[in-house]
Amino acid sequence: MSVNEYDAIVVGSGISGGWAAKELSERGLKVLMLERGRNIEHIKDYKNAHKEAWDYPHHDVPTQQMKLDYPVLRRDYPLNESTFGMWANEKDAPYTEDKRFDWYRGYHVGGRSLLWGRQSYRFNEQDFLANAQEGIAVDWPIRYEDLAPWYDYVERFAGISGSSEGLDVLPDGQFQPPIPLNCVEKDVAARIKKAFAGTRHLIHSRCANITEPKPEQGRTNCQYRAKCWLGCPFGGYFSTQSATLPAALKTGNLTLRPFSVVSRVLYDKDKKRATGVEVIDAETNQVIEYKSKLVFLNASAFNSTWLLMNSATDVWEGGLGSSSGELGHNVMDHHFRVGASADVEGYLDKYTFGRRPAGFYIPRYRNWHKDKRDYLRGFGYQGSASRQGWQKDIREMGIGAELKAGLSEPGHWGIGMSAFGEILPYHDNRIYLNHQVKDKWGLPVLAMNVEIKQNELAMRKDMQADAMEMFEAAGLKNVKGYDSDYAPGMGIHEMGTARMGRDAKSSVLNKHNQVWDAPNVFVTDGACMTSASCVNPSLTYMALTARAAAFAVEELKRGNL
Amino acid sequence: MERRELLKMIAAATGAAFIGNPLALAAESAQRPGTGFSADDMQLLNEIAETIIPRTDSPGAKDANIGQLMTRLVSDCYLPGEQALFRQGMQKLNEAALNQFGKAFLLLEQKHKHSLLSELNDEAYRYNKQNKVRHWELGRPGGTPDEDKALPHYFTLFKQLTLFGFFTSKPGATQVLRYVAVPGRYDGEFPYKKGDKAWAT
Repeated sequence: MSVNEYDAIVVGSGISGGWAAKELSERGLKVLMLERGRNIEHIKDYKNAHKEAWDYPHHDVPTQQMKLDYPVLRRDYPLNESTFGMWANEKDAPYTEDKRFDWYRGYHVGGRSLLWGRQSYRFNEQDFLANAQEGIAVDWPIRYEDLAPWYDYVERFAGISGSSEGLDVLPDGQFQPPIPLNCVEKDVAARIKKAFAGTRHLIHSRCANITEPKPEQGRTNCQYRAKCWLGCPFGGYFSTQSATLPAALKTGNLTLRPFSVVSRVLYDKDKKRATGVEVIDAETNQVIEYKSKLVFLNASAFNSTWLLMNSATDVWEGGLGSSSGELGHNVMDHHFRVGASADVEGYLDKYTFGRRPAGFYIPRYRNWHKDKRDYLRGFGYQGSASRQGWQKDIREMGIGAELKAGLSEPGHWGIGMSAFGEILPYHDNRIYLNHQVKDKWGLPVLAMNVEIKQNELAMRKDMQADAMEMFEAAGLKNVKGYDSDYAPGMGIHEMGTARMGRDAKSSVLNKHNQVWDAPNVFVTDGACMTSASCVNPSLTYMALTARAAAFAVEELKRGNL
Repeated sequence: MERRELLKMIAAATGAAFIGNPLALAAESAQRPGTGFSADDMQLLNEIAETIIPRTDSPGAKDANIGQLMTRLVSDCYLPGEQALFRQGMQKLNEAALNQFGKAFLLLEQKHKHSLLSELNDEAYRYNKQNKVRHWELGRPGGTPDEDKALPHYFTLFKQLTLFGFFTSKPGATQVLRYVAVPGRYDGEFPYKKGDKAWAT
C-alpha cells in the first residue's frame, strides 16, 4: 500500500465521522479521517475550559467587530467570546441565501460534537412508518427493529443518561442513571400527569452527559459545570475527542489529517465505484489524491451533499447521486423557539446546587394514539425550572445597597419550556451549488432555498398553546406563551438532501446508506434522513453510522465493494 | 467629558484643582488607546457604578473596577447609537449634578450622589415605559447592527453595564453572589434559608 492508499476514507470528524472511524478501524481497516479544519486535541486544546466570565475582556459578550465578521452567527446565541473560533468562519466559507438560512458549522476536528446540545433520543417505530402511511416523500427503507440493536450499541459506548419510562413514543434505551429533576420539576411532572390522565409525561431528559464514570475510556462523570461547549476536560459528555477518536486511534489503524478540504469523490464510471477523494490542503492549497476501497461521507448533512454535487460531474451534471433528482432536496431541521414560561409559587426553602447540562423533556403526544390534529406529526418539549438569579425584576429596588442586597439573593422559582417540532421533507426545500460565489479555496458554495410551510405553522400554534395549557393545568402563575420566530437552520439539525429510500429513482441512498450509483460510498450523517421525527437526531446518526460501517466491512470481505 | 471641563467644574466647585500632581494628571488624562475614554471618565464611571452597587460588608462596583470595564464594553460592544447615548449620558448626568447641587458629580457627597441617581433611575423607568423599551437593564450589553431596537434612557445604560459587569466580575460573582467552579454533582432540593446568596450562574 502506498502512503496515499487506505482501506477507507472518512470525510469529516464530527459525531458520525468519529463513529465511522472507530467502527471501521476496530474492524481492522486502515482508515484515513479527513477534517477540513484545525486539530483540537482532547483536554490540551480546550483553552477556555477553566475560564470564568471575568477572564474574558468583555465578560463573554461579543464585540461589534465579531458581529461584523460573523453576520450569520450574530443572528442567534452562538456568538460569544468563550466559543469564539469554534464556529466556521463565514468569510472563508460563505454560502448564499435565496431565503434566510442560518447555518452554524463546526470546522475543526470533532466538529459539532464539541458544540452539540447532547440531547439523545431514539426515533420510534412510527417515525419510520409515517411517510409511507401518510403519503409523504418516500418510505424509509428501514424500520425501528433494524436500528434498535445499533441504538443499544451506541448508547452503551457513548454513555446516555436517562430514565426508562416504557413509552412507545420514546423507546427506552441503555441508560446510565438520569440527571436529576429538581423539586419543582418533579411536582409539575406529577400535576401534569394527573391533569392529562397519564397522556403527557414530563420526564428526565436523555443526555450524552455521563452520570457514571467510564474508566475504560478515561472519562469522568459530568461535573455539572455547564461548560460543555468549551470542551470538557473531564470527558463528561460524548464527543469525538472524548470517546470515538481515542478508540479509533487505539487500534493503530487510524490516520487523522486536519486542514484537508475534500473537493471531490474520485469516481470510476466503468466500475461504478469511488476510487478515493481529492483533497485541497487548507493551508498550502496543495491538491492531493487519496485512494481507498470505501468512502464514508460524514461532513455534516449539507457538506456531504455538497461533496456529492461536486463529484463525478462528467457523468452526471448534478453530481454523484443526482440521478434520482433528489440530491440536495428535502431539507429538514427542527423548528422551535416557541413555548411558554410561568412563575412557580412556594418552594422557597429549596434551591439547587450544581449546573445541569440538561433539564426535563416532554415527549410527543400530538397525533399519537387517539389524538388527531389538523397537521401531521408532532413535537416534544425541552425545559427546566430554576430560581431567578440576579437578573430579576428590580423595578422596586431602586439603586444602592438595597438593590445590591436584593439582587444577591435568589428570587422565586420559574419554569420554561420550548417545543421542538418535526419539519416534513418537502421536495422544493433544497440546496444547490452556486458557481457564482467561491470559497477561500475557489470552490463553489451552497445556495439555500428552504422555508417552513403550512404544516409547521399550524403545529406552532399547538406548540405554544399546549405549553401554556400544561402550565396552567399544573396550577402555575403568570403563564406566558411566546413565539420568537424561527428561521430554517436555527435548530442546527440540518437533515435530508441525500435521503435513504427503497429505489434509485426516488432516493440517493439505499437501506445501508450506500449511494445507489456508487455502492462503496456511504453517507451516514444528517444528509441521509428520510424524515426528521421531532427528537434530536444525533443519536440516530450514530446508530446508522455504526450499522453502515459494520455492513460495509462485511461487504468488503465478501468482495461486493 | 473633557478633562479640562471637569477641572473647570472642580475648580468652580471647590476653588482648587486637587486631584493628584500635575505629572500624574497629564499621564492620566491621556486617553486609553482606542477607547476614547480618559482616566477621568473612568473615575466618573466608577463613581456612578459604585453609587448603583456600593461597597457594603462586601465589595462594590469600584472594587471590581467597573468603570474600566464599562469603557471597554461601550467602545467594543456598543453600536454607534448606544455609544453616542452613553457619552451624552455622562454629560447630562454631570449637568444634572450641577443644576441640582452646583457641583460636578464626582464632588457630590455620597447621599447626594445616591439621591441624584435614584431620581434618574425613576426617570429612566418612566421614559422607558413611555417609549416601550423593555428590560434593557437586564440584557447583555450591545445591540446587533441590523436590529431596530428603541434606545432606552441613558441612565439605563449605566445601570445595565454596572449590573452586568459587576455580577460577572470576580468580586461580584464570588463574594456578593456564590460561585463553585466544579460542583461535581446536582442537587435539585438543596436547602435554602432566607439570606443565603444566589448563585452567580
